[in-house]
Amino acid sequence: MTEELLDVRLSVNGTPRPLRVPARRLLSDALRHDLGLTGTHVGCEHGVCGACTVLLDGRPVRSCLVLAVSVDGQEVTTVEGLAEPDGSLGPVQQAFAECHGLQCGFCTPGFLTTITAGLRDNPSPTHEEAREMVAGNLCRCTGYQNIVKAVERAAEIGAEGPS
Amino acid sequence: MKPAPFAYHRPGSVAEAVTALAGDPGAKVLAGGQSLVPLLSMRLAAPSALVDLNGIAGLDLVEVDATGVRVGALARHADVLASDDVRRVQPLVPLALAHVAHATIRNRGTTVGSLVHADAAAEMPVVLSLLDGSLEVEGPGGRRTIPAGELYVGPLESSVRQDEVAVSAFFPALAPGAGVAFEEIARRHGDYALVGVAALVDGASVKAGFLSVADIPTVVDLSGVADDDLGEAALAQLEPAGGIHSDIHATAAYRAHLVRVLTPRVVRAAKEGT
Ligand SMILES: Cc1cc2nc3c(=O)[nH]c(=O)nc-3n(C[C@H](O)[C@H](O)[C@H](O)COP(=O)(O)OP(=O)(O)OC[C@H]3O[C@@H](n4cnc5c(N)ncnc54)[C@H](O)[C@@H]3O)c2cc1C
Ligand code: FES
Ligand code: FES
Repeated sequence: MTEELLDVRLSVNGTPRPLRVPARRLLSDALRHDLGLTGTHVGCEHGVCGACTVLLDGRPVRSCLVLAVSVDGQEVTTVEGLAEPDGSLGPVQQAFAECHGLQCGFCTPGFLTTITAGLRDNPSPTHEEAREMVAGNLCRCTGYQNIVKAVERAAEIGAEGPS
Repeated sequence: MKPAPFAYHRPGSVAEAVTALAGDPGAKVLAGGQSLVPLLSMRLAAPSALVDLNGIAGLDLVEVDATGVRVGALARHADVLASDDVRRVQPLVPLALAHVAHATIRNRGTTVGSLVHADAAAEMPVVLSLLDGSLEVEGPGGRRTIPAGELYVGPLESSVRQDEVAVSAFFPALAPGAGVAFEEIARRHGDYALVGVAALVDGASVKAGFLSVADIPTVVDLSGVADDDLGEAALAQLEPAGGIHSDIHATAAYRAHLVRVLTPRVVRAAKEGT
């Protein structure tokens, strides 16, 4: 029996990306396999690691815990959508580069999306708040110190305004 | 693909959702999916159909009046936690919600979903039980209200029937002069707790609710117990009430130790809040 396919109207990084997928397609797999947006990484695929975090109508969610069909009509922002329109690094990406906030980079897309939304809601976090902002994401390499520094640096870049 | 195949329904109303559930005994409700999707992906659950509530308008309400807080089935943990009105009327709700998973999970997971899911390690079932709240459900025969005391029947098992949709939950307001407190011990903030305790002190009445101790959320009455004896008094009631469980995360002996330490601390904090 061939499985029924459903139409999903998704907007990804501001562009309409209509999909035809089985109901059981996870949003993470829809982004990676159906749309070829492999910037969203999958680590645990059960909600624990945070690597797959994307913004759904602006709010961070685990794309591995959402069915693509369930978010029909909504806007998804992936790490590919965080660069500036001219292709240069966005403020959080720039801060990660400056502060050595990544080593292997596997966890990085999830941190970048989470922090982008976190700084939008709280543009000048305290050190404690900066730590709390990334507490739901796992990194096996860095030891987190430079990631927290990158949160604080990204807040500074944000305060300086667009360059 | 990780989940097994299932039929997908996206009803536009609760009545349509109930019809879809009643038409297929293997169908399950999908709310935030933060508990169900991992179960699907690990194939610990393989429902024949999912009835997705996310297309139903009006279910995301968070309503507050002097009698308490009503939370709709699509109100995300994050929305309930962010409400100043909720905090004012029943502060125990945000005190406990702050410990439910991480912010990213709270953006999608629903408070009502966590009440139905009935995980003994979850915070909100204990809060609903301690406050004597209730769940409003709709089935083929109409609506009924399930008091918290009748909601939890076993591990991961609530008395919500397969063909019923939980429409909203009601958390009664904090009485004037009463106090509440919440604390839990988890390996990392946001992880499921090894033990968690909520307390409600209202005049001479002292009650405490425990998560991750027994198989279901458990409330014990500690009225009249001297402060120094609170931990032992709680244990004396918890042990016969279903036993303290051991699992990969903690032994029963360690959990008992945490009950001894946390109970007096949380009750004291609730008294200070009165
Ligand atoms: C990494 C991680 C950590 C977590 N940590 C915690 C934690 O510390 N504490 C905690 O309490 N929770 C935790 N959770 C779970 C989270 O709170 C879930 O959101 C919640 O338990 C279920 O809500 P949901 O809306 O996601 O429900 P779903 O996953 O959609 O559904 C869960 C179950 O409830 C049923 N259901 C849901 N809504 C209804 C309804 N309205 N009517 C009838 N049936 C319904 C479904 O059929 C299913 O069986 C964690 C989850 C993850 C992934
Ligand atoms: S892959 Fe989604 S949280 Fe780990
Ligand atoms: S940089 Fe390697 S996991 Fe974080």
